[in-house]
Amino acid sequence: MSLRPAPVRRWPSFQPGEAVKQIMTGSSHLVPVVEAQGVKVSFGAVRALAGVDLVIRPGECVGLVGHNGAGKSTIVNVINGGLSPHEGTIAYEGEAPGRHGIASARNHGVRCVFQELSLCPNLTVIENMRVMHRALNGWNWRSKAVAAITGKLGEIFPGHRIDCSRAVGDLSIAERQMVEIATAFADVGQKPKLVILDEPTSSLDASLAEQLLAHVRTYVVGGGSIIFISHILGEVLSTATRIVVMKDGRVVADRAAGEFTQAKLVQAMGSVVAEKKDARAARVLKSTAPILSLPPRGGRGMPFEAFSGEIVGLAGLSGHGQTDTLVDLFHSHSGNWLQRSNPAVAFVAGDRGYNGTFPLWSILKNMSIASLGDVSRATFVDSGHEAELGEQWKRKIEIRTQDMDNGILSLSGGNQQKVLFARALAVRAPVVLMDDPMRGVDIGTKQEVYGILRSEAEKGRTFIWYSTEMEEVCICDRVYVFNAGAIVAELTGSDISEDNILAASFTEAVASKAVIGGSIA
Amino acid sequence: MKINLSTDSVRLLIPALSLIVLLCAVFYLQPRAMSYTGLNLLFNLAVPITLATIAQMLIMTVNDLDLSMGAFVSFVACVAATFLPTAPLIGTIILLAAIAAYAVLGVVIHVRQLPSIVVTLGMSFVWGGLAVLILPSPGGQAPVWARWIMTSKPPLMPMAIVASIIIAVITHFIVMRSSFGVLIRGVGGNTRSVERAGWSIISARAGAYALAASFAVLAGIALVGLTTSADANIALRYTLLSIAGVILGGGEFVGGRVSPIGAVIGALTLTLAGSFLSFLRISPDWQIGAQGAILIVVLALRLFLNRLEKREKGR
Amino acid sequence: MNALRSLVLKPWIWSFVATVIVWLITIMFTGGASAAGLSQAAFTFAAFSVIVGIGQMFVITLGPGNIDLSVPAMITLSGTVTLKLMGVDNALILPGLAIAIGLGVAVGIGNYAFIKLLRIPPIIATLSMSFIVQSMAIWTNRGIRIKPPALLADFTTSTLWGVPNVALVAFVLSVIAWVLLQKTVYGRWISAIGQSIPAARMAGIPVDGVRFATYVLCAVLASICGYMLASFSGGAALNMGSEYLLMSIAVVVIGGTAVAGGDSNVPGIWGASLFLFLVVSMLNTYGLGAGIRLVMTGVIIIAVIMVASGRKRGRA
Repeated sequence: MSLRPAPVRRWPSFQPGEAVKQIMTGSSHLVPVVEAQGVKVSFGAVRALAGVDLVIRPGECVGLVGHNGAGKSTIVNVINGGLSPHEGTIAYEGEAPGRHGIASARNHGVRCVFQELSLCPNLTVIENMRVMHRALNGWNWRSKAVAAITGKLGEIFPGHRIDCSRAVGDLSIAERQMVEIATAFADVGQKPKLVILDEPTSSLDASLAEQLLAHVRTYVVGGGSIIFISHILGEVLSTATRIVVMKDGRVVADRAAGEFTQAKLVQAMGSVVAEKKDARAARVLKSTAPILSLPPRGGRGMPFEAFSGEIVGLAGLSGHGQTDTLVDLFHSHSGNWLQRSNPAVAFVAGDRGYNGTFPLWSILKNMSIASLGDVSRATFVDSGHEAELGEQWKRKIEIRTQDMDNGILSLSGGNQQKVLFARALAVRAPVVLMDDPMRGVDIGTKQEVYGILRSEAEKGRTFIWYSTEMEEVCICDRVYVFNAGAIVAELTGSDISEDNILAASFTEAVASKAVIGGSIA
Repeated sequence: MKINLSTDSVRLLIPALSLIVLLCAVFYLQPRAMSYTGLNLLFNLAVPITLATIAQMLIMTVNDLDLSMGAFVSFVACVAATFLPTAPLIGTIILLAAIAAYAVLGVVIHVRQLPSIVVTLGMSFVWGGLAVLILPSPGGQAPVWARWIMTSKPPLMPMAIVASIIIAVITHFIVMRSSFGVLIRGVGGNTRSVERAGWSIISARAGAYALAASFAVLAGIALVGLTTSADANIALRYTLLSIAGVILGGGEFVGGRVSPIGAVIGALTLTLAGSFLSFLRISPDWQIGAQGAILIVVLALRLFLNRLEKREKGR
Repeated sequence: MNALRSLVLKPWIWSFVATVIVWLITIMFTGGASAAGLSQAAFTFAAFSVIVGIGQMFVITLGPGNIDLSVPAMITLSGTVTLKLMGVDNALILPGLAIAIGLGVAVGIGNYAFIKLLRIPPIIATLSMSFIVQSMAIWTNRGIRIKPPALLADFTTSTLWGVPNVALVAFVLSVIAWVLLQKTVYGRWISAIGQSIPAARMAGIPVDGVRFATYVLCAVLASICGYMLASFSGGAALNMGSEYLLMSIAVVVIGGTAVAGGDSNVPGIWGASLFLFLVVSMLNTYGLGAGIRLVMTGVIIIAVIMVASGRKRGRA
């Protein structure tokens, strides 16, 4: 279950009323903006889309929901032309383009706001308009761009205070997102017909998000189309006219928004309803001195502490300082100039491509890299000993491969993740830091890993676990909730519940004066 | 510090400050330099270095680096000292072909995803070899018109300074104001999103390389105009000078963050640093080393100011 | 058959194949008269490229952006300083070597200090360093050419069982480098850092320490090369290192080391060094000038890099 399902932000309830229904029924005979039929895409052995049909008509806002890895971004990429389907067809406004690609999609008025920053940080807002809109040419393109972007920004986010002559890199994250949205909606000689919004509210606060959603509704009433992707189901329910649910690369439900409720959506997405927490009584382990601690981040919120044998969860909306906390903990307990003879911490990466795997290496080398000290003599790696270690963990954690000497990239994502787990667990460190490592891992692997975690914790190891999956957070003994880079709440035992965590996620951190200027190096 | 400076102006402030400080130091040591001829002497070699720095900056705009800049400028100088005066047509064709070769290089680097450092390293052998083939021993003569331009004495300010200002204005217009400039800086800043907006990255890169080559060609011709003759190794140090000039001028290796005005100032600073050291009567042994030291001091200064700026922003 | 196939797949094999072909062509032209002489000369001159190239390879293996431009200045400084200190005294040969190593350590420390403290890219840090080092060399040299100690000069110019002594030294150093890279924890660490610095850091590798050691190692190898090269050529010259800037990078790239880092290749450096020397002598034998030679070298470097590390653009 995603961490942000509840309708936390409240706005005037919006039901697809008569006007919309009229448009919907009226639009069914209109030429669809985009029509995807039987689209199949696979990356190597992984099938990302297994035959998707999706029709977007003028005047509708289609909510696209599903878990990570359900294929939402892939279908979006196919629609915006960034990816060509291996099978199936895409037609824009009734005609199949001669050459499927970004240019043809844009020519048919398809615009996209991506989850990650897709503006050039070194350019000003105006210059970004020039890059994003090829139609914006002529000697006076600057003045045209200024007119277009300020007009759109004012229309969508009235009262904004963005200086369009500043470089995008100098803006705050929310401002960048606003610029990006306004750029996509901007009308420069070529009207946008379909705007794809991929998690557009993730960095906006409640009032800005509300402004955006209001704009989406008026835009749709005016005959434009939207594909709206969001993890906040409340937003989707209140904004979309139709909701498409995806799972494992297929469309599993496609109905008018009015027919869904939050519970039905969750069910359609195929979430495993979190089994009741096992009998693990909330163990109180705070008696001894903490094994790890950090002062409040940036002098705000609560300090961090972890005790021996504990599973500590880090929760909150994604990107609110959890990963930074883990990285800080790791850096302050491992040497950058000399390696400690007794490692204090080990780390399991969630973003494998960034700080997890070594792509040129075999599975074995990837697994043993953190514990080379244990399998070498006088700095010479003992290959026999290393292979032994590899076999031991291969059995223990069931890495599915014939040969540990195969390349790491020959494994599926879930198995690569297991290798990273084995790497961290093989280290003799008493503390293991986990940076949302279960993203995109199948349910079977997850259960296996949970089991290993529990038994290791029983033996006295400490796990500090950042997770975006609610059921994982609920396994923990104690949970810290983050907001805007600081710890705002600590939950223990039976207090650890989805509602409590969500409520805490929106608490503002207060400056903890006691520690300011103290130990923050 | 109430004044709210944008990142760009801070980036320009440091090189400008270092140039002024250096200039003051020179004037203090040698008051006679504060004259038309004095300035002319100080900035004598500035024009070719400035042009080469601009060329390097264009390559760095698209996140690449050209290690063949010095060899290429030498090659151009050899062509300019042999073909241009005697057979202008053939000379022009050779230079145009060289520019086209740069464009092709840009395409190849992009299409095959090659590291620009290694490819241009290879090209530095090629240009060096061609230069030797054209002009096996030092010699040749400058085209009359190049000589005339480089030795002309405009009123008020010496040629080198007038030319630097013109170069700064023109390149500022091309890189910072024009659509093409926006595009290539966009490629440096976020290639993927430029691509997603429907632009052809290949032609943007090819364009950046061709434009860089054009400036390098001008650098070679200007150099021959100053020295009246050429040899195959005449400008080898320009590779490193041009990179240092861009960095001194506030440019960065990646991210499309460059400043043409800064690059011109950086090149002038490097030229002046050479003259400054001779005024200091530092023994010639230490002149290169002192240049290295100046480079380090300026970079340290920049780091310090960047930190200051970051701290201001953090509050 | 399988062994042959795995041999073909080795990235370094091609530089050796090319070397043999060029060798044969050259020998054919001269009618086989100079086979031994040519081979000896090739091994002698390749030895110097190999020693510098190994150091540069360690640095390049650290990943994109890592490169040491101070190598030529280091060679010159070490050549001038050691010859000056040794005078022509045979007794000071070993202290001279120790001083060469010490100089390398000092310059390596300086290089990494600039990279780390000023947070500037290695290319600019080592460039600034090379200016300073070159100045120190000029200052020590003062245009006086001092002869190396006779014993050392003899050692560097003579052969053992027909193999040049400098080639033997280079061979020993390559074996050490190979063991270091393939068998030790340090080698694993370099490779890991070259593949991904964040991943290496989070796997508990002391990234700064390893990079520091690598820059020192590179400077030390360049310094040793300068010490031997000056003794070999009967005195130090201020431009003695200059050709090794591009050469050291070229042999690494042609030798099959990944320019993107993480994957190094010791045998390939030998193949590439021999190959580059033989190409030059082949072109000389055919009476072609320096110009053609340079163009050919450049074309070869580009061709190799296009075949070896080029990959098609595509979405992952």
